[in-house]
Amino acid sequence: MALGLTGYVVLAIILLTVAAFFMARSRAKSTAGGDIRLLHSLPNYYGYNAAMFAAVPAFGVLMIWLLAQPMIIENSVFKLIPERIVSEGSSRGLVMSDVRRVAEGLDIAVARGALTDDEAGSMRADADDVRSILGGVGVALGSDVEPEVLQAAQQYRSKSETGTFWMSTTVVTLALLGAALAIFVTNADFRARNTVERGALTLLILAASLAILTTVGIVLSMLFESINFFRLHPWTDFFFGGSWAPNFRGDSDLSILPLLWGTLYISVIALLVAVPIGLFAAIYLSEYAGPKTRSTAKPLLEILAGIPTIVYGLFALLTVGPALVSIFGRGDNGLLGVDWMSGATAVLTAGLVMGIMLIPFVSSLSDDIINAVPQSMRDGSFGLGATHSETIRQVVLPAALPGIVGAVLLAASRAIGETMIVVLGAGAIAKFSLNPLEAMTTITTRIVSQLTGDTDFASPETLVAFALGLTLFVLTLGLNVLALYIVRKYREQYE
Amino acid sequence: MNDMRILERDVDTNTIKIAARGVQVYYGDNHAIKDVDVDIQDKTVTAFIGPSGCGKSTFLRCLNRMNDTIDICRVEGDIHIDGEDIYDKRVDPVQLRAKVGMVFQKPNPFPKSIYDNVAYGPRIHGLAKNKAELDEIVENALRRAAIWNEVKDRLNAPGTGLSGGQQQRLCIARAVATEPEVLLMDEPCSALDPIATAQVEELIDELRQNYSVVIVTHSMQQAARVSQKTAFFHLGNLVEYGETGNIFTNPEDPRTESYITGRIG
Repeated sequence: MALGLTGYVVLAIILLTVAAFFMARSRAKSTAGGDIRLLHSLPNYYGYNAAMFAAVPAFGVLMIWLLAQPMIIENSVFKLIPERIVSEGSSRGLVMSDVRRVAEGLDIAVARGALTDDEAGSMRADADDVRSILGGVGVALGSDVEPEVLQAAQQYRSKSETGTFWMSTTVVTLALLGAALAIFVTNADFRARNTVERGALTLLILAASLAILTTVGIVLSMLFESINFFRLHPWTDFFFGGSWAPNFRGDSDLSILPLLWGTLYISVIALLVAVPIGLFAAIYLSEYAGPKTRSTAKPLLEILAGIPTIVYGLFALLTVGPALVSIFGRGDNGLLGVDWMSGATAVLTAGLVMGIMLIPFVSSLSDDIINAVPQSMRDGSFGLGATHSETIRQVVLPAALPGIVGAVLLAASRAIGETMIVVLGAGAIAKFSLNPLEAMTTITTRIVSQLTGDTDFASPETLVAFALGLTLFVLTLGLNVLALYIVRKYREQYE
Repeated sequence: MNDMRILERDVDTNTIKIAARGVQVYYGDNHAIKDVDVDIQDKTVTAFIGPSGCGKSTFLRCLNRMNDTIDICRVEGDIHIDGEDIYDKRVDPVQLRAKVGMVFQKPNPFPKSIYDNVAYGPRIHGLAKNKAELDEIVENALRRAAIWNEVKDRLNAPGTGLSGGQQQRLCIARAVATEPEVLLMDEPCSALDPIATAQVEELIDELRQNYSVVIVTHSMQQAARVSQKTAFFHLGNLVEYGETGNIFTNPEDPRTESYITGRIG
């Protein structure tokens, strides 16, 4: 019962921690002779300090051990499995998962009383019907167990058992030692407050570095998969080829250029919609609207930002697309009597809806930036006899321009990375075309379609998704960095 | 107050430029200006003095209707400039502000070039027929603000790059460029060092040749140095108004005396 033991260990550490807290606190009080004014820190700090010493090293070691033990055991057990089984079972990972499954099955059988511990350790694959015994306790195996696999599973079991035993001993000892040490050093002069302060600082740094490390991890995993892709597929075709035609039998054309064209085209249309509307809305809200209008209109506008993008996608597919078709399509039955648009999915559909999605983004950022322009600028302009709109056009907007450019760039990077709206609204045809009424596809849409369904993670057709993702990441990261640089430069002017 | 130079200056004319009668200003429920009557003469520097919050800046902002830009502010009473009621419905506050220029406490050049800063007013009011005329207006304004020699070689440099004193003189040039008849100055030297202050004060004295100048100041020495008439405000009331020399040497109201001798304020 590996899990059970680990559970008890965790419980023991928690109990020790609580006990250490109270013991250190009362020891601190008694060393001061009951007068807490003589203590360096408040009594609770001594308690926190002891709790910290008891819990942190113990939990740290526990976590590392839990992560490392299976890896080490698997490596040693794997040597028992001959090459023959690995080649039949297709890969090392699959065979090892069989081993783990049998080992777990044996554990469960022992727990349920179907086998004794000795029987589980001495079972022979040729003598006992392992499959039916395990099946009897609810562990279904796909095939009969090979003798080597059973032996490996038995090894695995005994090694995990030993490992877990040593782990429990080490961890509980560590907790005891930590608590004892902290209680031992507790006296009136011990600077528990400062130690706790350092502990809090460490916790915060840990949280911050975890967030950064995750980002690095994501980038690295994309990078490695992309490298795998470029081993299988020429990079010249990816970056400079002219067509996108994935073919799961191999020999596909996988060029990013048609996808990039679709992405940029849709993003440009989205920005053409979002920037003027968002900017004008921001100008109205920050310059003209009274406090009442502002306090109702602003949250209403920001509701747009809270709508999930899949809902925008449905809106594109079911409302905007058909509306556009009824204007630009259907021949004589359409509003314009032309037949330029055949289906609801088109660059214009996706662009318009994405533009609507970006309006609150542009308007709320621009609003902040316009509000940051000092009132003295406006006063100066009014004082010279300028009207409100002259003031906005000639003084406020030029002063806010760098910030607004930054906001637009941030909106652009969102447009480029947007997925659901284009999956539903833009279509799936990769091509170079200037006609906004045709269906086109984007990088994000292709990533989705290359990775959904039955996929084989060793073929270039699947791995291309990572290369696409990485390119997209670099693109939006570049835009964000540029935007933040511009915004920051602008902020320096007034502070 | 031994360092105070009180000069008897001639008041060139006795024409009344601005006449205010029974002016009341409210900020929401707060009664900020209480029943102020004052006559401001043409081609004269008039100083408004008084402790912080006494309403002198508020009253100044009534004279070009800058208070209109504050939502909660309400002005009652009559203010006539050249006999015309500036709070009349037919008066366009935008036109009025072109006639009554204003210089603010903190230098506030626009984030544009020095040239564009000065040309801003003439451009929006269409004062110049062509580029040559605009150049001339800009040069004259900068000369009158005594900053031409310092900036003539870098008219295209941003106005925000100048020093504080230069920025304030640039703002004065900007106000002068629209050919106002009255120039309102709201503590124009409070953000400047003594040297820049001296330059601006000299400039104010020169501007008196052409304009009626109204200056709000916290510095009584400054009021004494630059003005011919002084008005003392206290708690929203106009306590005393008269010749600067009289106010500082022989005040009639005990509150004025207390303020200028440093007992209140």
